[in-house]
Amino acid sequence: MNINDTFDIRVGEMHIEVHKFRAGAIFIAAALAVVLQAFLPVYFPKLGILDLPLLVTIYFGLSRRNPSTGLLLGCLIGIAQDALSGPTVPVGLFGIAKTIVGYLASSIGARLDTEHPAARFALTIVFFGVHQGIVVLTQRLLLSQPERWFTVHLGIAALINAVVAVFLFLLLDRLRKAS
Amino acid sequence: MAGIPSRHRSLFLLGGVILLQVLLLAVQIKRDSQGRLIRVWTVGAVSPFERAGAHGIGGIRSAWNHYFALQNTSRENEQLKRENDAMKLQITQLQAKAAEADRLAVLLKFHQTNVDVPMVGARVIGGSADSASQTIYLDRGERDGIKRNMGVITPEGVVGKVIESYKDTSQVLLLTDKDSGVGAMLADSGIQKPVGGTGESMLVMKYVPNEDDVAAGQRVVTSGMDRIFPRDLPVGTIVDIKAGSTFKQIRVRPAANLERLQEVFVLLTLKPLDMKHDSADPAPQSAAPSGPSTATANPTAGEKP
Repeated sequence: MNINDTFDIRVGEMHIEVHKFRAGAIFIAAALAVVLQAFLPVYFPKLGILDLPLLVTIYFGLSRRNPSTGLLLGCLIGIAQDALSGPTVPVGLFGIAKTIVGYLASSIGARLDTEHPAARFALTIVFFGVHQGIVVLTQRLLLSQPERWFTVHLGIAALINAVVAVFLFLLLDRLRKAS
Repeated sequence: MAGIPSRHRSLFLLGGVILLQVLLLAVQIKRDSQGRLIRVWTVGAVSPFERAGAHGIGGIRSAWNHYFALQNTSRENEQLKRENDAMKLQITQLQAKAAEADRLAVLLKFHQTNVDVPMVGARVIGGSADSASQTIYLDRGERDGIKRNMGVITPEGVVGKVIESYKDTSQVLLLTDKDSGVGAMLADSGIQKPVGGTGESMLVMKYVPNEDDVAAGQRVVTSGMDRIFPRDLPVGTIVDIKAGSTFKQIRVRPAANLERLQEVFVLLTLKPLDMKHDSADPAPQSAAPSGPSTATANPTAGEKP
């Protein structure tokens, strides 16, 4: 490990690099994720298990490492997802969940090295659970919809999304500006 | 956001964004029974403050009205006390008038029953100045035809006799005076003996031999022999009998309430009378001869035999 790499030995404080992306990359990626999320399941119903907007939110949150940016991005992606959802999903349901996920991802990304695929896998599972928990909580509290907190299907979805996230994040890493 | 520390800005931003979205949700969601969720929340959020405010204002107003805004209360209290006193006085007067009306009704009935008997109603306006004599003053006198030795009665019974008659006033010697007396008889047995006063509230029936059969509770009525009172007027009731050396000692409670006289009748004749009585005050006709007494008027009759 290089002394200029990630650790400052003198103060014992970890330095984590904040990645910057090409112009419009974040917007395009987010929009694409939302559109694909709405588009793909029509033709490939099994892909409905994926939550691409969530994965994009997590990725940019972990990469940008700025909570304000992360939560705003999560908010916009979530609201867009809500807007493209059916009439049974009020605008704000996924917006709230992704706002919180974006904030948490940015906060954690600012403290941990999230570049490792294993870390990304684990964090995606955690954030998927958090996202799902917030959605169910919102449905229970605000919509009076007694959704179940956890099902096997959700567990499988978490795993699949985590696996996809590992590869998707590698793909999205290519959008980074070279430091 | 300028005044917020930079490390907390994102937290505040998070709270704000989530709050906005929650509100956005609330605007969209409509509950079946309670309308839009935003309305439900707003009402739910505001109503506790409204309730607290209402209680607070009510408490403050109550405290103000009951503890602070009392400038006029003392004055009002005094005025109410005065009004209360006036009302009490009025009630007392009305009660007195009602009682008087009752008494007058009894007197009127008595007078109507004996409409042929010349009598005049009089009001008691005073009593004796000393306790040794049992006299009263009436508000009628010679102008009303009242003369000495005329009998004074009430519907309940014998009161006494006129001992002085003035122009507009007359003095009556009550039956309870120790110098007073009335010709009487036992209503049941017809035994005729005088009844006199003792200076106290009770009368005594005199000269009844120990051998005569007399019992407590027997009624004593006028015999008409004194030429003042017509016969069969109630005098009293025997309450106590003791055997004496020769005569019985018989105590009689006066039929009329001589201690609380207010209105009386003065019999405006010195001639013997025959009075009618109500069924409530039956007098045995067999105990005394019927018809008016033929004895002549005796100015001294009615005093101690």
